[in-house]
Amino acid sequence: MHFTRGLTGGLLALALVGCTTIQAARGGPGQRLDPWENWNRKVFNFNEDLDRAVLKPVATAYTDVVPQLVRRSVGNFYNNFADAWSAINNLAQGKFSAGFDDVTRVSTNTLFGLFGLLDVASELGLDHHYEDFGQTLGRYGVGAGAYIVLPLFGPSTVRDAAAIPVDRLASPPAFFNGTGTQVSLTALQIVNTRASLLGATRVIDDIALDKYTFIRDAYLQRRRSLVFDGYEAETPPPSDGAPADAAGSAASPAAPAPLASAGPASGPASAGSAPAR
Amino acid sequence: MIAITRTSGWLAAAAALLVAVGAHAQAGKAPDALVKELSTDVLESVKVDKSIQAGDVKKVSALVDQKVMPYVDFRRMTASAVGRYWRQATPEQQKRLADEFKLLLVRTYSGALSQVSPEQTIEIKPMRSQPGDNEVVVRTEIRGKGDPIQLDYRLAKAADSWKIYDVNVLGVWLVENYRNSFAQEIGTNGIDGLVAKLAERNKAAATGGAKS
Repeated sequence: MHFTRGLTGGLLALALVGCTTIQAARGGPGQRLDPWENWNRKVFNFNEDLDRAVLKPVATAYTDVVPQLVRRSVGNFYNNFADAWSAINNLAQGKFSAGFDDVTRVSTNTLFGLFGLLDVASELGLDHHYEDFGQTLGRYGVGAGAYIVLPLFGPSTVRDAAAIPVDRLASPPAFFNGTGTQVSLTALQIVNTRASLLGATRVIDDIALDKYTFIRDAYLQRRRSLVFDGYEAETPPPSDGAPADAAGSAASPAAPAPLASAGPASGPASAGSAPAR
Repeated sequence: MIAITRTSGWLAAAAALLVAVGAHAQAGKAPDALVKELSTDVLESVKVDKSIQAGDVKKVSALVDQKVMPYVDFRRMTASAVGRYWRQATPEQQKRLADEFKLLLVRTYSGALSQVSPEQTIEIKPMRSQPGDNEVVVRTEIRGKGDPIQLDYRLAKAADSWKIYDVNVLGVWLVENYRNSFAQEIGTNGIDGLVAKLAERNKAAATGGAKS
């Protein structure tokens, strides 16, 4: 167990050493997690335009036409697959209790919830655990690496982007034959998810000073929290958002370099953000 | 646990009294008890108020000022979001920053409160802190239909009482999340530029909100 753990972690760490060297080469404080900001902003704008022109209108129309009950059932159907994949990831991370919860969820919803259309398990008090492959990698010490905005897929990191193909192998389209079916399943999933996020994106439009930065920082924070199941940020992080995660354990050999170079910048920052009195 | 819930009346009351007295004997109220009381109070107020549910920012503001602000270290919140530039700001700039930032957060908050539904309840999760800690995280979950919503609070001990200085929604610390945006704005347009930007954002949302 321990041996395989170490081996997997080590291999994956090796695979991502590339990102840590990039990190060492980076400059100013805000830049550390986002060395490709210029490129990322372009892709971000492309995604935003595409969303405004196509996805959002479609999702809005979908919300107007399709009753909420049906939308929820569609969501449940996809979530049932996500639960099964989550079970595997939980077990792979050694989180057996959560893993068996997921197994129970999938079997309950498949058998008694019309193949996953109804979420009977939640009604019974069994909560989701949603673990994906990116989180499993993170659990084994793979640092998130640099922030990257993917066309269509949106915010990600080097680690999470590398995990996407593996996650897709466990998503509904992979279990059905025929390109037409697969495309429709994927499209429905995207539209249904976007529809469920209409409210959230409206809020972000309202409260973000710079949407790109706001979403980037929220994404990085949320993923970090998910990897550690919310128990990593017990103590407030260094005030300038030092690379607590990007220079995670996998990156530790390279960590001193970025830390040292950030020294002059982070010094006054930590003094300034303490309650001023 | 089961015995307490089963036994009607005095046992539960006595237990609650004991907890309350015990917490009081320490410094003020325990942080988790404070959060529980505060969030239950706000949730109940929202449930009976139709105009807050409709997203009336003025009403939410009044509610926040009356019930929430006494337990929030708002100066620290703003200072922490502004980061190292806070000390460079004049007292007047600090005040304007705090005022505009507060309005921004209240708008966020009113958006969240409009999502409150009658069956929602707050569940406080066990704390992982030592008795001598001066800073703690209180974890809660809002449970209702659908997935539970994670809502955590950072509290610091100020003199005799605990005060909130950051809130975590679904894994994202809100004040922390503004730090880079603020630094970016100050870097290009200075502190006054940030104040202006916040004011502009608030104004735009106010008119946008009236339209929809």
